[in-house]
Amino acid sequence: MATPITFWVSYAFFFTLIIAVILIAKLPLLTVFKRSLIEIPFILFAVLMPFFGTGESFDFLGFTIYEEGVLAALSIIAKGTIGVLGAITLSATSTAKDILQGLEKLKLPAIMVNIATFSLRYINVVSDEMERMKIARIARGFQAQGLRDWKILGSAAAALFIRSYERGERVHLAMLSRGYTGQLPKISNELVSRKDLLSAAALPAIALIFSLTERMVF
Amino acid sequence: MSTPSLEIKELAFAYPDGNQALYGVNIKIEKGERVALLGPNGAGKTTLILHINGIHAAGHGQVFVAGVLVDSKNPETLRNIRSRVGIVFQDPDDQLFMPTVGEDVAFGPYNMGLRGTELDKAVDQALILVGMLEFKDRPPHHLSFGQRRRVAVATVLAMKPEILILDEPSSNLDPASRRELAEILNSLDITLLMVTHDLPYAVELCPRSLILAGGVITADGKTTEILKNEQILKQNRLELPKGFSF
Repeated sequence: MATPITFWVSYAFFFTLIIAVILIAKLPLLTVFKRSLIEIPFILFAVLMPFFGTGESFDFLGFTIYEEGVLAALSIIAKGTIGVLGAITLSATSTAKDILQGLEKLKLPAIMVNIATFSLRYINVVSDEMERMKIARIARGFQAQGLRDWKILGSAAAALFIRSYERGERVHLAMLSRGYTGQLPKISNELVSRKDLLSAAALPAIALIFSLTERMVF
Repeated sequence: MSTPSLEIKELAFAYPDGNQALYGVNIKIEKGERVALLGPNGAGKTTLILHINGIHAAGHGQVFVAGVLVDSKNPETLRNIRSRVGIVFQDPDDQLFMPTVGEDVAFGPYNMGLRGTELDKAVDQALILVGMLEFKDRPPHHLSFGQRRRVAVATVLAMKPEILILDEPSSNLDPASRRELAEILNSLDITLLMVTHDLPYAVELCPRSLILAGGVITADGKTTEILKNEQILKQNRLELPKGFSF
């Protein structure tokens, strides 16, 4: 069960913990900060939450603020921030391939590992294609200026989608031609050492112990 | 006489939308032959290839690979057939879908049931044949187009196929990569069927040529003789590069 947001101390501890890991891993703080800006849309959404809701409310500067909404918003911001920092730490310290192999070892359903593997393989192909289409547009004098040009960008996106879809079909044909019967070979083959397991488990274990302790103490 | 690598008898095929692509194709390719399949765009060349490994089901007629009937409704024979027919598709990005070169080359033999050191050996051998062993651990998108095409050839060579089929092998290659690929293909001891518009490439690699046009084989003979016959070329919308002679 997730830690309820009212356990403030736990959240402060989790935050300190992840910052400590970032410092130990010697990640450049500016990069971490820039990447964590991805959270902003969620924060904007969370900020609105106290104004809508039911249950106990109080007035604040002429606005009606709902207590439940405030808790939900704080919960989203706290969990979101810690989650984003955790994801940034993982992606900055492990290669994409290692992450995929790890997911496979952790018994994530094969189909999801496969989808992620294919995305990783084809993201460059698709972005190159997108870039070429963009250059082809510019070469014929197109410059996105306003709302009216969205139609053109929209059809370019549609063309890209269809091309990718057709590529998917061709890839599938190529797979069938080499005997594909529904199962991709396992990508992970290195054995996981006890040391790896322990260091991987350290962060969540410490957080879990702290969270449980707080619940028992208070 | 040994069993032909490929025998196609009266093959006809129409797409589900009713568009007829093949109208009775007959082809026989002996073991070790190198044959070019020529024909204009839309002649049905790719459709024909996809019959050879049972991806398309024959509407009428039969395809035999090394004497075995290609039965697209029987998954057991299909697995067998697909290990004997190695198709190299036109766009290497369609063919190379695994995270690294080595894993991609392993994909075919893995599906054929190879594991462990046997699998590693098959992968290394295939990569050596195309001179790409040192790229084994690299992701495909870091390679040049010519290198990706060579790896694509390795991915099917690793299955030790009876017949190697190449769809437009020289397309988009720079002259040096084109020549390197020709040298690799020439060095292989294998039956070869090469679909191409690149007539000089056909002369260089294939003593025999077939022309597929309008869903039937309209010419079958020595490549040099077919390409000297201007009337045949004209009728089938084929042209040698200007000023080319051999």
